[in-house]
Amino acid sequence: MIPYRNELILALIWVAISGSYSIPNLVFGFAIGWIVLFLVRDQRLATRTVIRPWALLLLIGLFIKELLLSALRVARLVLSPRMDIKPGIFAYPLKVDRDFEITLLANLITLTPGTLSVDVSDDRRTLFVHGMDCSDPEQARRDISQGFERRILEAFR
Amino acid sequence: MIDGVGNYVAGTLVVIGALFALTASIGLLRLPDIYTRMHAASKAGTVGSCLMLIGLAVHIGESATALRALAGVLFLLLTAPISAHLLAKAAYSAGYRMWGGSVSDDLGATVHSAKKNDPLVTDR
Repeated sequence: MIPYRNELILALIWVAISGSYSIPNLVFGFAIGWIVLFLVRDQRLATRTVIRPWALLLLIGLFIKELLLSALRVARLVLSPRMDIKPGIFAYPLKVDRDFEITLLANLITLTPGTLSVDVSDDRRTLFVHGMDCSDPEQARRDISQGFERRILEAFR
Repeated sequence: MIDGVGNYVAGTLVVIGALFALTASIGLLRLPDIYTRMHAASKAGTVGSCLMLIGLAVHIGESATALRALAGVLFLLLTAPISAHLLAKAAYSAGYRMWGGSVSDDLGATVHSAKKNDPLVTDR
């Protein structure tokens, strides 16, 4: 384990983005990184998380594909003369239970075709999702659990 | 030559991105309630802005600026769904009804108990 690994990563990103490759700038980036990580110290994950790079790549790939499909679907829907929609909110029973997994799943759901996360129940077992086409909630639940949720579980477990 | 290809790619990306942004705004006008409108704003709007930023990155072709544009893409993807989520949640808590043609509302049954512990909803 390299000491100050996260601060170093942030410093390198800072140098790359600010476009000035010099030692003072690297030190400046390191200082900012240290302050930022200090500010969020309480919110960072307490437990170590396994990340499987290959499964994570698959998750990102699936996400980009779904995001483009979803934008195309919205475009087609709003441009069609008669908008034929049956919107509604359905409950989705969560299998993931850690905060960052729920956050990630909720974000992915929002950016993908026809679904938008609205709320999480207090016990963190249910996600309430608004669907553009809610005529078949069973199918929508199946899509989420076999798509993103399965890939999240594969990437972080 | 390479310059020419880069220009075509960048131009195409910007035009497609602008079209998505246009459909997002048409969606905002045409869709019936806030929840369906958030669909248009969060998806088509995000994709449109991201495509235009990527187009900018291609056009500039200079690493520092391009990286900044790509960082913009990353932050849009991270923050857009959160704001959509919060707007929808806030609208629901504030009592905005869903459009009359909506077919189901699983949240309606539980929202009453949820309100009690929600820091965003204070009793006035």
